[in-house]
Amino acid sequence: MSLPMMKEESKSRSVEAKREGPKLTVKDFKGRVDPDWCPGCGDFGLLAALKQALVELELQPHEVLTVSGIGCSSNLPGYVNAYGMHTLHGRAVAVATGAQLANHKLKVIVTGGDGDGYGIGGNHFLHTMRRNVDLTYLVMDNQIYGLTTGQISPTSIKGMKTKSTPFGSVENPINPIPLAIAAGATYVARGFTGQVKQLVELIKGGIRHRGFSLIDVFSPCVTYNNDNSHEFFKARVKKLEEMGHDPTNFHAAIDKAYLWGDAIPIGLFWKRTDLPSLDELEPVLAEGGPLAHRPLGVSPEAAKALIQVLM
Amino acid sequence: MAKFDLAIGIGGAAGQGIATPGDILARIFVRRGLHLNAYNAYQSIIRGGHIFLTLRTSEQPVLSMGDKLDVLLPLNQDSMDRHLKLMSAGAAVLYNGDKIKPGTAADGVQLCSFSVKELAPNIKGDLVQNTIALGALLRLIGVEFKPLEEILTIQFKRKGAAVIAENLGVARAGYDYATAHFKPFPFSLPDTGKKFAFFEGNQALAMGGAAAGVRFYCAYPMSPATGVLHWMARHGRELGIMVRQVEDEIGVINMAIGAAHAGCRAMCATSGGGFALMSEALGSAAMMEIPVVCIDVQRAGPATGVPTKTEQGDLWQVMGAGQGDYPRIIVAPTTITDCFKTVPELFNLVDKFQCPGIILSDLLLSEGRSSVDPSELDFNVPIDRGEIIGLNGDGPPANAYQRYKLSESGISPRALPGTPGYIHVVATDEHDEDGVLISDEFTNPHKRQAMHEKRMRKMEGILSLLEPPKIFGPGNAQVTLLGWGSTQGVIREALEKLAEAGIVANHLQIKWLVPLHSEAIQSIISQSKKLIIVENNYSGQFARYLRSETGIVAAGHVRKYDGEPFMPHHIVDGVKAILAGASQKYVPVHEVMV
Repeated sequence: MSLPMMKEESKSRSVEAKREGPKLTVKDFKGRVDPDWCPGCGDFGLLAALKQALVELELQPHEVLTVSGIGCSSNLPGYVNAYGMHTLHGRAVAVATGAQLANHKLKVIVTGGDGDGYGIGGNHFLHTMRRNVDLTYLVMDNQIYGLTTGQISPTSIKGMKTKSTPFGSVENPINPIPLAIAAGATYVARGFTGQVKQLVELIKGGIRHRGFSLIDVFSPCVTYNNDNSHEFFKARVKKLEEMGHDPTNFHAAIDKAYLWGDAIPIGLFWKRTDLPSLDELEPVLAEGGPLAHRPLGVSPEAAKALIQVLM
Repeated sequence: MAKFDLAIGIGGAAGQGIATPGDILARIFVRRGLHLNAYNAYQSIIRGGHIFLTLRTSEQPVLSMGDKLDVLLPLNQDSMDRHLKLMSAGAAVLYNGDKIKPGTAADGVQLCSFSVKELAPNIKGDLVQNTIALGALLRLIGVEFKPLEEILTIQFKRKGAAVIAENLGVARAGYDYATAHFKPFPFSLPDTGKKFAFFEGNQALAMGGAAAGVRFYCAYPMSPATGVLHWMARHGRELGIMVRQVEDEIGVINMAIGAAHAGCRAMCATSGGGFALMSEALGSAAMMEIPVVCIDVQRAGPATGVPTKTEQGDLWQVMGAGQGDYPRIIVAPTTITDCFKTVPELFNLVDKFQCPGIILSDLLLSEGRSSVDPSELDFNVPIDRGEIIGLNGDGPPANAYQRYKLSESGISPRALPGTPGYIHVVATDEHDEDGVLISDEFTNPHKRQAMHEKRMRKMEGILSLLEPPKIFGPGNAQVTLLGWGSTQGVIREALEKLAEAGIVANHLQIKWLVPLHSEAIQSIISQSKKLIIVENNYSGQFARYLRSETGIVAAGHVRKYDGEPFMPHHIVDGVKAILAGASQKYVPVHEVMV
């Protein structure tokens, strides 16, 4: 009944196992196609940072699974040489949770935009954080719906004029950082695609972290968002590490996350390592390796016991 | 009694403890090798309302809850008032005369009143009347006390020796009181010497999943599908099945798809409302070519509908779920045991063809109970995972791997994430053989057409592996009854009753709904004199589907959409009315107020 091909658990799937062979470069993580993003799009910065982080972490392409939803930024998996899933709008973290639990040796990286993650995918986002699933979630936050040609998103600032709010938005945006901290994410950071070096470190930290990592990344839309441009952020972002922030201080993290104005903090707001991730808590995964590689079926003894209780 | 056939009805309010005597009786029956069918009519309420459990047992397989009751156990006045009038000569009614007054019974109905105050003066609580009634009932159907003693001991084991002793004492009092005061039935409960098991459809579906090698199960609680989640949660750890309760059904199906893509056999179950939320993702499984199984346990819709009542109203929903055309397999198991067997069959198909599979159950099957010969519960089922490459240490492919390589069968070998050398991206956007999007920057009508055709070609391959439906009963019948899914048992029983009334009927039950064996069905129906379609829905969803696929227009329809399942006489009456030319569509009135 069991499948021979399922029996062997390949050590090479484990990131922890050291591999042989040449050290990879950013080129090795280049995907089959080139990005179709607008010239100047912030997402290029994130793509570069992600590939650099994968190289520096010495990961092999087959050890990584990128999962995205729908939107400009969700095209990212096609631009990275790694296993990828380009799923439905808003559903990436749900799909990624299933994949991570099915094979907890994979490094699962979720990518998408603010509308995808905080809007249509809001419910999954919230519950994935409270479960502390071992995922690294990179949100390319441009505070606008780009692929649908410019409407407000959950992070659009109040008063923003878009095609769906020609007289200015009257709604308040959500702030993903305190939301994530309150919901139970255990690594919460904010990056800026104009600060790639810092972003690489934040992504590396997120991938290394066992548990749910949110990295909300200002990734300006050059076409539809004139309010929150590259220049806007460049003039305002301030690194948390330069502000003397302690990412283990909950209240300080919340306070810093609400700063918005002349100085907008970027960096690691919050991190805790005392909470196990969902796969570590799940007894089914305690031994036997990834579920996806285990033999199928029920042993005759177990089957007998299942029937016995029905008699 | 020519054929032993005993039906017992237990009625009361939610919270009055109907399940326990029901379980005890069921266990006594199956341990004597008797067949069993049980249906529980209930409401969406935790305390109160009116619950009515019908347990029917026989030496022959029991196909439905039947048409009549031999024993009524009303646990409150309401149950007495609702059901006494339906009892006929030869039946017995057992009740606590301290609290319940019988009203007028038909001639020949034995009213068996006992007094809880007299038989159990020192015991508090209402549940004691159930145990007394159980003891008395067993005496009436000629069962010695020992089997009850055994089962009560098992039933109350966790509560300790004192509780067991108290229950045994009370049961004995009821048993002895019946010996002295009531007239027993003119038979003794047979013992065939066999040992059966009994289970509900949701357990059968869950166990079928375990047998199939499901490693990932997730769900959002929704009646009447929650039983699958409960079974999985109870047994997941010992069987190595990851079980998750998810925030909503959209999350459920997407999580299952993620687990399936990573390589697990993944399953989820819901009812129609939850299924509606899953629609888009089912299409995405087909588009990304990921095998996943979803169970829709139908209840009376639309919207919240009647959560505790049955219907076959989701056929068009599951056939049309999601935008665009995509390959899918839809199957409606025909019995509770068939639920167990269908799940592994479906998993082999979805793995082979890399597409979603949908099981259409309903409340009748999923929450109904049936006896089963344990030898039929074979967990050692064939497993075919289809073409998965790169895990045998094959190493990287000689040529660049194409996840969606065009093929005659429509099947392209898949590689699981984590496999060196087979890197690819699966996409819900249209894509080419490499998995590269042809939806955004580079659209390509030719490639789009080729990929669409590739996916849809799978349907031919699937159909060739499905067993065609077969006619049951005499070839030269006056009338052919056609049903699908859960109605098989009750239609078979109606056939017997029609034969007794001199009407020769045969029966065609459809299990595999999509793809449909249209030609085989056409060939069968072409031999049929008159076709009547029996469905548990308002609009004749299968009748309309059959017409669209085959052009066949049925001569008559028996439909029921009041939330309760068919009883055999509903179908018999319908066939008679249609044959008499009274109408083309017959909608029975459910006589029992439950």
